[in-house]
Amino acid sequence: MTAYLLNRLITGLATLLVASLVVFAVLEVLPGDPARLMLGMNATPDAVEALREQMGLNQPVPLRYLDWIGGMLSLDLGKSYTYSVPVLDLVKERVAVSLPLAVIALVLSVAIAIPVGAFAAQRRGRAGDTLSMGAAQIGVAVPNFWFALILIYIFAVWLRLVPAGGFPGWSAGVWPALKALILPAIALALPQAAILARVTRSSLVEVLGEDFIRTARAKGLPFDRVLWRHALRNALIPVVTIVGLQFSFLLAGTIIIENVFYLPGLGRLIFQAITQRDLIVVESVVMLLVASVIVVNLLVDLSYAVVDPRLRAR
Amino acid sequence: MTHTATPHGFADFLARAFASRSFVLGLVITAAIALMALVSFFWTPYDVTKLVVQNRMLPPSWVHPLGTDQFGRDVLSMIMVGARNSIAVALVAVGIGMGVGVPLGCLAAARGGWQDEAVMRFNDVVFAFPALLSAIMITAVFGPGAVNAIIAIGIFNIPVFARVARAGALAIWPREFILAARAAGKGKASITIEHILPNIATMLLVQGTIQFALGILAEAGLSYVGLGAQPPMPSWGRMLFDAQTRMMVMPTLAIFPGLAIVITVLGLNLLGDGASDALDPKLAGRR
Repeated sequence: MTAYLLNRLITGLATLLVASLVVFAVLEVLPGDPARLMLGMNATPDAVEALREQMGLNQPVPLRYLDWIGGMLSLDLGKSYTYSVPVLDLVKERVAVSLPLAVIALVLSVAIAIPVGAFAAQRRGRAGDTLSMGAAQIGVAVPNFWFALILIYIFAVWLRLVPAGGFPGWSAGVWPALKALILPAIALALPQAAILARVTRSSLVEVLGEDFIRTARAKGLPFDRVLWRHALRNALIPVVTIVGLQFSFLLAGTIIIENVFYLPGLGRLIFQAITQRDLIVVESVVMLLVASVIVVNLLVDLSYAVVDPRLRAR
Repeated sequence: MTHTATPHGFADFLARAFASRSFVLGLVITAAIALMALVSFFWTPYDVTKLVVQNRMLPPSWVHPLGTDQFGRDVLSMIMVGARNSIAVALVAVGIGMGVGVPLGCLAAARGGWQDEAVMRFNDVVFAFPALLSAIMITAVFGPGAVNAIIAIGIFNIPVFARVARAGALAIWPREFILAARAAGKGKASITIEHILPNIATMLLVQGTIQFALGILAEAGLSYVGLGAQPPMPSWGRMLFDAQTRMMVMPTLAIFPGLAIVITVLGLNLLGDGASDALDPKLAGRR
């Protein structure tokens, strides 16, 4: 297993390195003069030169890259041009919204998908199966931001149960803050749950056809016990893979959903940074998001070893 | 001469596909949406570029079946023209993904060794950039627009097709007719073009349908946040963005463009599901 873990770790780090080169190349080398791009055509040469100095643009490109990466590693993400505060402070503040949102959505989607998938597999070919998988088929086709708009209309405008948008901050108390995150989390979770439920069902149906299941049934174990204790555990590998892949969709989804609900998370930050052409913020936040996708995929690979004892033996 | 693994491979596939309810339903929906987009080139009920302020925010009626928006434009006409935009973006993005991904996947399968490893690691890197993040980077440098949306979604499609092509090709390479072709002195490139590609074409087409559906969703998301097609070009995502602040007064403004997206994606997914069941009949019961 050590070889497997080591191999995955090295590939993960190499991916991270290449990804950082891509982000740097697109945002710092491709524009020619990032300072000019940030300040616009009407900026005075003095202002451009001052910003070039602040961003270290007068240094050679390889040195700039090393500076940037060194900064990222020591948690010095530079200073936002528009907010005039360290990017790290901005990120810390915004992660406190985006991360709980993504985690709640992920938990919700798994909590909905696995029972629904198991229910459908259990009733394979019967009305319950057709109905739940039909619903999942529609769920896959629904864009999360449209679903968000409908949720806002029903629960915020019509029933007035939750706020339509905005975030009171965690300092206002856990419940008011969570209340502001409920609708966004549901909007994010449901389309993902639909995909996951389909994967769970098809993986379970495959496992349920295997010999060891027949043996367990022949031993006289009740079907429900076989399904939940024996089949589900074996069906988990594809499910875990999809959960990992979904993280990147969830992350992208958070960026859009935060804009629907006016939540002050990383997604809003990145959009404000684009409108203000604050490349320093865009660069750091994009790199952070890309890094989190890579790390999560790495964790998923490592979790195989936990879910699948065959890998542990290697 | 082209040699396919089964003599009537594609005809068999079509026969099985047309026997599948989900394939036929998906095909009907997809054809209807495509037809709507095509018709919009010649005719729409109203001109989508003409603003008629006195007709603003009209509810659905016989004159305007889906109502009008805040500038008095006919919503049905806008959905028709928006279909064109969605389909074009998703289609070109799938084209980019196939055009770059399939050769990469075939190369990896044919060469193996470090070239295979390099392609797979390249895939890992691209996978780390969800389409939205690529679009954000491109927009930060070049400004927003439909072309950027196409590039961002297209880039994200590359590793998907590379993986499918590689897996498909790897399964064909050890087959006897390939060995025969190699014994006859054919090179890897010509074997790939003459034998491998025709055998994985259906598989790629099925994946293409799935990516097409994902492309429609991604385009809608990008234009919703303002990174896709720019006004005055109507797009489904943009229509939803504009509807958001007017939802209390006119919820239908948000409902119809959303339904257009759902129906299109649903049609493509049904088509893809039916097609992949036909490709691998063992899958049919599992879905």
